[in-house]
Amino acid sequence: MNPIVQGLITIVVGVGGCVAYFYFSNLILDKVIFPATGKNPGRNINRANQVRPWLFLFPAIFALGLYLAYPVVGSFIRSLYNRSGGTFVGFENYANLFASTGFRTAFFNNLLWVLFVPAASTFLGLVAAQLTDRLRWGAIAKSLIFMPMAISFVGASLIWKFVYANDADIGLINAIRAQFGFQPLDVLQIPFWNNFFLMVILIWIQTGFAMVILSAALRGIPEETIEAAIIDGAGPFQLFFKIMVPQIMPTIVVVWTTITVLVLKVFDIVYTMTGGNFGTDILPSYMMSFMFRDDGRATAVAFVIMIVVLPVMFWNIYQARKEMR
Amino acid sequence: MDNIAGKKSGLTWAVNVTVLALVVIWLIPTVGLLVSSFRERDQISASGWWQAPFSVELTYRTRGGEPVQQPDGSWLSEGNIFDTDEVKSAFASGDGRVTAFGTRSIAPAEFPAGTEADLGDGETLVVNPNGSYRYTTPEEQTRGPRIYFEAKTPPQFTLDNYRTVLTADNMDRAFINTLTVTVPATVIPILIAAFAAYALAWMDFPGRGLLIAAVVGLLVVPLQLALVPLLRLHQTIGIGQSFVGIWLAHTGFGLPLAVYLLRNYMVGLPRDIIESAKVDGATDFQLFVRIVLPLSFPALAAFAIFQFLWTWNDLLVAKVFLPSDDASKVMTVKIADDLLGSRGGDWGILATAAFVSIAVPLLVFFAMQKYLVRGLLAGSVK
Repeated sequence: MNPIVQGLITIVVGVGGCVAYFYFSNLILDKVIFPATGKNPGRNINRANQVRPWLFLFPAIFALGLYLAYPVVGSFIRSLYNRSGGTFVGFENYANLFASTGFRTAFFNNLLWVLFVPAASTFLGLVAAQLTDRLRWGAIAKSLIFMPMAISFVGASLIWKFVYANDADIGLINAIRAQFGFQPLDVLQIPFWNNFFLMVILIWIQTGFAMVILSAALRGIPEETIEAAIIDGAGPFQLFFKIMVPQIMPTIVVVWTTITVLVLKVFDIVYTMTGGNFGTDILPSYMMSFMFRDDGRATAVAFVIMIVVLPVMFWNIYQARKEMR
Repeated sequence: MDNIAGKKSGLTWAVNVTVLALVVIWLIPTVGLLVSSFRERDQISASGWWQAPFSVELTYRTRGGEPVQQPDGSWLSEGNIFDTDEVKSAFASGDGRVTAFGTRSIAPAEFPAGTEADLGDGETLVVNPNGSYRYTTPEEQTRGPRIYFEAKTPPQFTLDNYRTVLTADNMDRAFINTLTVTVPATVIPILIAAFAAYALAWMDFPGRGLLIAAVVGLLVVPLQLALVPLLRLHQTIGIGQSFVGIWLAHTGFGLPLAVYLLRNYMVGLPRDIIESAKVDGATDFQLFVRIVLPLSFPALAAFAIFQFLWTWNDLLVAKVFLPSDDASKVMTVKIADDLLGSRGGDWGILATAAFVSIAVPLLVFFAMQKYLVRGLLAGSVK
């Protein structure tokens, strides 16, 4: 069947099915199971209202459970089996991983990414937010800095290939080097530092996100505190770092953790730019090198990523529960 | 804050310059891609995209006209090399200038334009800057002389790359596949999430707090975990690697954000409206469909944009949940796996393919930025 037709049918079936499910399940609940007539209408209405939230929630809980909660357990169990999935091997996959240099490189590089990308994006975003807030053309500037957000990681990687290319007539960096009389150089093959050239791409994408959120937070600062600081003789830098930044600290943390989680998911950039060669592998791209070949190893790497994310997860839940009270 | 910050004009000036620099740095890579996608392949390898508006020096190869015998017995071929068949199309605008010429491919710029070159055996060739040439030889020749020359070529912009990408490279198919993946994967989660978000925001039941915490937790579960078990599940129940599979996967992966965003928005709706509707006898279903859903439009739009961008730009899920044959490749996979390999050196094609793939998200982004920003803020600023 033609995928487009299939897609249209899916939309109709999916949306129609959802609407029908919600409509008829409510109808059946109210008219058939607990009708508001007969002997105990009051009790029936109460019971119907106790069941109804679960009718509303069921599809979402089912999908979330199947597509996100079950895989956490499923992946962990799979990671305890060998390549074909037939033999239980305990933690052998993990032991093999930690013994391999490829994994250790990927882990170390990922650590660099987790430290550097959120820090740089948040800092640049904060600076951009503060600077653009005061300009008449700030809105345009913001929208242009925010733009890479819409670009795919693959697209962004290609865009940056035109900056890094090992050819003074294509790569911007080598063109600038040529101006100063240096030979062309493949920056993606410089050991260690090539990681940072790849990180720049993600920072380029994420700075806009940080900027948008932090700029809203900066606007939310009560003016009295700023006025008071100015009257007390604070300079612009003191004002920014000692008065404004501390007040938006919670938002900075949110931005920082959001980008951290993203960093642990992005395999596209490394995959497109270097394919994990030249010592640039990170955990997500390292996992993909086992995908379709050794599911035991692949799931073990995925579970390591999960463990790295766990602290952020608990922190987020803790924050969410604090807000609800 | 302008009036109270007491800024000096020097500082304003510095801020303007800094922001301008930031914006330029942020834009340069994308502009490079856009410019490159309109340039000819020869021009791309001869000069950087930043020199696109200027002439480039390119080497051409052509053949002069057949020599004609002169009254004195020698043979002469005359004409203008810009008019010869092999290079005519490149100099259609008529403002080419020869800088050097030669007769051997290893030394295509042996002689400066305008000098008379002695080719030995009594043969001479002169090519003038305006393109006129004069070749003399004492003996009869059946073909005109081979001439290499270097000329300033005016900048040329073409749509050829777009034509190639959209017709020859299966990119048109990939474009349609991307669209096919994206639209259902954006539409379906919205409804499911909206009902759940309403229940979590405005209905009272035991375990609500726990569920919200679970959604927040699931927000950060790395996708990588889901790949292997779910692909297995899809294969067991007969979906396998297919469009149905990727729609389901994207729906599942998009739900936590959808529920979270929509709940945060719905909680903020005015309590009065909802309670007075309840007092008037509206059921939860009516309340949701008639009041909450229309009022939540900004949040619905925000999530729709997120999900659209995410599914359109996704590489990982498409690589795992779609078959790897050419008929069902989406654009990101096509670019990352096919074009970078087979056309790795063809920068014009790469740039064009990339631009085709980012054009739609950019349009959506600039058209609906307002909702996107609002959605981001609903998700993270309290």
